[in-house]
Amino acid sequence: MKMKLSLSQKAGLLSVGLFAVLLLVWQLATLPEASTAAANVDPEYAALMGGGTASTASSFPTPAAMAQTVWDKLSDPFYDNGPNDKGIGIQLAYSLARVLGGFLLAAVVAIPLGFAIGNSRVFYQAVNPYVQLLKPISPLAWMPLALYTIKDASASAIFVIFICSLWPMLINTAHGVANVKKDWLDVSRTLEVNPLRKAFRVILPAAAPTILTGMRISMGIAWLVIVAAEMLVGGTGIGYFVWNEWNNLSITNVLFAIFMIGVVGMALDSLFGVLGKRVAYQE
Amino acid sequence: MSTLHPFLQVENLARAYPSPTGGTPVTVFDHVNFRIHKGEFVCVTGHSGCGKSTILNILAGLDTASDGNVFMDGREVSGPSLDRGVIFQSHALMPWLTVLENVSFAVKSRWPGWHKNKIRDHAMRYIELVGLKGAEHKKPSQLSGGMKQRVGIARAFSIEPKMLLMDEPFGALDALTRGVIQDELLKICAETQQTVFMITHDVDEAILLSDKIMLMSNGPHARIAEIVNNTLPRPRERSAIHKQPHYYPIRNHLVDFLVSRSKQFGALRDAPDAPSSPTVFDPADLIDPAASTEPEILHTPPVGKPHIHLVNA
Repeated sequence: MKMKLSLSQKAGLLSVGLFAVLLLVWQLATLPEASTAAANVDPEYAALMGGGTASTASSFPTPAAMAQTVWDKLSDPFYDNGPNDKGIGIQLAYSLARVLGGFLLAAVVAIPLGFAIGNSRVFYQAVNPYVQLLKPISPLAWMPLALYTIKDASASAIFVIFICSLWPMLINTAHGVANVKKDWLDVSRTLEVNPLRKAFRVILPAAAPTILTGMRISMGIAWLVIVAAEMLVGGTGIGYFVWNEWNNLSITNVLFAIFMIGVVGMALDSLFGVLGKRVAYQE
Repeated sequence: MSTLHPFLQVENLARAYPSPTGGTPVTVFDHVNFRIHKGEFVCVTGHSGCGKSTILNILAGLDTASDGNVFMDGREVSGPSLDRGVIFQSHALMPWLTVLENVSFAVKSRWPGWHKNKIRDHAMRYIELVGLKGAEHKKPSQLSGGMKQRVGIARAFSIEPKMLLMDEPFGALDALTRGVIQDELLKICAETQQTVFMITHDVDEAILLSDKIMLMSNGPHARIAEIVNNTLPRPRERSAIHKQPHYYPIRNHLVDFLVSRSKQFGALRDAPDAPSSPTVFDPADLIDPAASTEPEILHTPPVGKPHIHLVNA
């Protein structure tokens, strides 16, 4: 029998295969060791370590244990048992809210400013040195300054997200606006289109794909930075969750958090991918 | 047509660009004078670099002259205006808008107070005029080059400008498509009595469409060297136009100019007895109306070129 597989079918099969290999290696690496070492461990101590009485394995979970954890956590994502025990949904919601807040603030500043910079060569050259100087600064370097001036941990995290989302959006907006095809601008000049209508009906749609690429990059960076920022400010959020579970020595929970950070990051990125396709145009 | 009040009057137009090496500015063209009457179709031709497009952009208000003035309808042209529609060589459609939206954008610019439905109906009328009914909801990327240029034509006509400026509108099209769109343009212009200023490199296109063909000498210091009155009767048919007695004299004159005279004009211009205005070629001058219309006679214009004389000297 001869079967013709499409490209995506082949890729899908290979993906499943890779996953199987990963599970196998994982399973082999986490097999319980010989019981000699385990016998020396006080079962109560073992229980405290989170290993449970029965298991004498390392605290790195087996794939089955991991799957169980993922299932348990995801089946009740929004429970709240006090500051140190909240569902993953709540933690992610805190992080997303901070990212969204900082990101939107940055968009409100970066897009109009980028428009102005892209429209005026003088303004562009005046602002460019500042952008070049500020852009390479790690957003976390702003944290002490933010904590000192804002005096609020959560707001400081939002500020850090703001500052790291600002640059890609600013630069891309300016670039997109500055590179709007002269033909389209000439058309709107000969049609005596007023500046506001020109900005919204000609320049904005023309620059939208570039602006959206900037937003996508910003969102990617913001999601990277929020984890680190929340490790520093503590209290709530997925970054804090990771650090807290590390302090609890719960590698299973850490692994689960890492997985969830990846899932949410991927979802955010594909959301901007979809938005980008909406505003894309083909010449 | 009154010669006293031409619709468009260009006086002593000149354009200089700063020299790239920092020396004296390079004058692309100077002493450019011409007039266009209402309803006239004027073509300009000449070699690349003579400043044709710059002249068109100055007429459109997109560029400014270094010297000289342009008057349209008695008023000086000092910037872009809805009175002058422009058809760009690159069609310049906005790719994120559909055909209908592209035309409607222009219509709304012209009549901002109009109701949505009225704008759409008006835009549709011009889309139908260029034969694009049924494609109005397509994006430019889904159209062929010829269809895109048709949209450009519909957009320019839809604002009902007093004058139409076209910069090699069909330069990027293949010969067959070009022929079809030229025929359509001919028809639309006849219907609307549109005044047109058009740049073209295509001698046959100029002969088919124009009432008057302006020939520019080579730059720098380019000028309008000659004006050819296109005496071929209208309506013109592509298939029959070459049988007209004036066709070959005009065509030969144009080709001759582009091949040789455009280069010699520089020396001629600097001569002490140089003409201050372009010479006018009118095929009616060289054909004896009593003579037969056999082609071979038309190929031998009278010796001494008595057909070239000074205009308004």
